[in-house]
Amino acid sequence: MLRESGDKPLLAKKTNMMRNTPATPVLVLLASMFVLSAGVARTEQPVPLSVTIKDHKFEPAEVHAPAGKPITFAVKNLGSIAAEFESDALHIEKVIPPGGEATVHVRPLEPGRYNFFDDFHRATQGFLIVP
Amino acid sequence: MLASLVIVFREVFEAGLIIGIVMAVTTGVAGRGRWIAGGVAAGVFGACVVALFTGGLSQLFNGSGQELFNACILGFAVLMLGWHNVWMARHGRELAAEMRAAGEAVVEGSKSLAALAAVVTIAVLREGSEVVLFLYGVAAAEGGASIGMLVGGLIGLILGSGVCLLTYLGLVTIPTRYLFAVTSTLIALLAAGMAAQAIAFLEQADILTAFDQTVWDTSWILSDASYLGRALHTLIGYVDQPTAMQLIVYALTLAVIAVLMKLFAVPPARRPRTA
Repeated sequence: MLRESGDKPLLAKKTNMMRNTPATPVLVLLASMFVLSAGVARTEQPVPLSVTIKDHKFEPAEVHAPAGKPITFAVKNLGSIAAEFESDALHIEKVIPPGGEATVHVRPLEPGRYNFFDDFHRATQGFLIVP
Repeated sequence: MLASLVIVFREVFEAGLIIGIVMAVTTGVAGRGRWIAGGVAAGVFGACVVALFTGGLSQLFNGSGQELFNACILGFAVLMLGWHNVWMARHGRELAAEMRAAGEAVVEGSKSLAALAAVVTIAVLREGSEVVLFLYGVAAAEGGASIGMLVGGLIGLILGSGVCLLTYLGLVTIPTRYLFAVTSTLIALLAAGMAAQAIAFLEQADILTAFDQTVWDTSWILSDASYLGRALHTLIGYVDQPTAMQLIVYALTLAVIAVLMKLFAVPPARRPRTA
């Protein structure tokens, strides 16, 4: 009885809410941004780099890449513990399970010395050097 | 033991900040305890599932599965947070003033609670999956879970939960008449930060390449890696070296939420009196 009396205004409210759903403009906006960004995708061939993580060390601990070229960074975790390959400067954050391999993309870089590390084991540090 | 303490604390602390805010936002809403606890439980379960399939997830979409997954759940959380704010702009005043029948307020309030519970689930799932992966790795390396690892993890969990509690207790000391403005702002900043973080994942996956140059570097003032940097990263999306696209999306998210809140806010005078 009580439920029935409360049913009607609730239903009316619901249709009202659906008409006013705020998700639609946000979705349209996000979708249009993706389309825009896809239009300017890179055509340049990326420079491949690879390092391994073993015994809490990067091997090699220093890698080199030319300036102004996109990079693909392959990281193999040969350790027995999961690693989180991370770099603030390179905008990288990726968990790599033990025995796993991950590839991350790095934008074309200005000359400099870029630090990367294992966020699960901070002492594991490496550098990407762009001359 | 120390390693597991640090890692568990760091991840719980990040999820705890978000849970603390959600708890403060939902102060006084009936049934919020169940929703938030449910959100945490779902997040823990999800974290285990995600950790279990991390290897497989990474291999999807040419090795970008992890990034796409993170970007998607972050995007979903942004929608939920935005929706909550817009909903509160429309109904918050009525709820706070108790002008509606109590029963209806609970039904209406639970929709917004569900959105926030989903945000809690996502926060716990993201941070939790890292904890599970790390602890599992340590356990596997040591040939089984050691007492030290468990004790360290437990202390980390307790300390991290303390941060959650402090966030909540700090926020609820704000006088009620300002609470809505403060929490709305916090939620909007949280959403903008998550949107910018989703962009970082799409850039890492090479899906988004437009405007990907670094705009500034404030790592010499406050590094992302410091605890304060991490807290601000979680709360307002602080990044010491943001890309142009991250800044654009950050500003856009804030603008869209603000505009929608204005559009959907109903002046109290227009509301028909039914009682």
